[in-house]
Amino acid sequence: MPGIFEPLPGGGAAVALDDVEISIIRSLAVQLLELIGPGPAEDAPDDPLAELFAEGPSEAPTDPVLRRLFPDAYSDPERSPRSPEEAEERQAHSAEFRRYTENDLRARKRESALSVIRSLDTLAPAEKGDAVLRLAPEESRQWLGALTDLRLAIGSRLDITDDDDTDLLYRLPDEDPRKPMVMAYLWLGGLQETLVATLMP
Amino acid sequence: MGLVTSPAPVEIERTESAEEVFAVPEPDVPWITIVHNDPVNLMSYVTYVFQTYFGYPKDKATKLMLDVHHKGRAVVSSGSREEMERDVQAMHGYGLWATLQQDRK
Repeated sequence: MPGIFEPLPGGGAAVALDDVEISIIRSLAVQLLELIGPGPAEDAPDDPLAELFAEGPSEAPTDPVLRRLFPDAYSDPERSPRSPEEAEERQAHSAEFRRYTENDLRARKRESALSVIRSLDTLAPAEKGDAVLRLAPEESRQWLGALTDLRLAIGSRLDITDDDDTDLLYRLPDEDPRKPMVMAYLWLGGLQETLVATLMP
Repeated sequence: MGLVTSPAPVEIERTESAEEVFAVPEPDVPWITIVHNDPVNLMSYVTYVFQTYFGYPKDKATKLMLDVHHKGRAVVSSGSREEMERDVQAMHGYGLWATLQQDRK
């Protein structure tokens, strides 16, 4: 059945995808890669230590999608700082955390998106009807990460900020310009839901 | 809660203002990792993350997920600051919205 992952005997998961679905996922994964951007070692590909020792940014990203993917670690949204000193302290700690973690997080998110692109590119074209994508357990986990990031990105672009917004999406009229993105968002949700089920411990 | 297991340092006199006391690290107070609700991540996925990363049994993982969903947040782990930074980084890796703070109550 299209759009639904099923567990494979012995581990892993499989899903049937048609050409349009493959190109949608691939194109979204490419956009996500572009948004996350290259790593710090991009300019020094021969230096194996460049990536390891490069410090990440201190400032939170300005793009709302990236801010959602790389949130401040020390800013409890429901507890405002009790003093200017505490606000400053939170900001300093968040900045330090970002310097030491964001490059690594970005690298892993890139790796997941790349894994999705790679597995789609090696997919043998179906003679008739849907192609069947088969993922090994490790690939399933990469896909799960990429599907999460894609849904977070689209959710942020669609301005989904509370649970009621999701209900509204189901009732968008067909002529709404957001409709295609909403369809993709809900469809990716179905893919993710069924992929999680195959991985549940 | 009895958290102090080693002898407390002797304080002769404390004259700092409230703000200054606030900024002083409190080594005996544990740090906590909080996961915040978001409308995008699926309930099944959040439960999966709590089971997979923390190794929590399904019941505990489900209860924490429901707390996040209904109360808007849940404390998912506690320990040293370094440990909590590791947990927060892992949660961000999974796409969950997490923060850490000292458990001042």
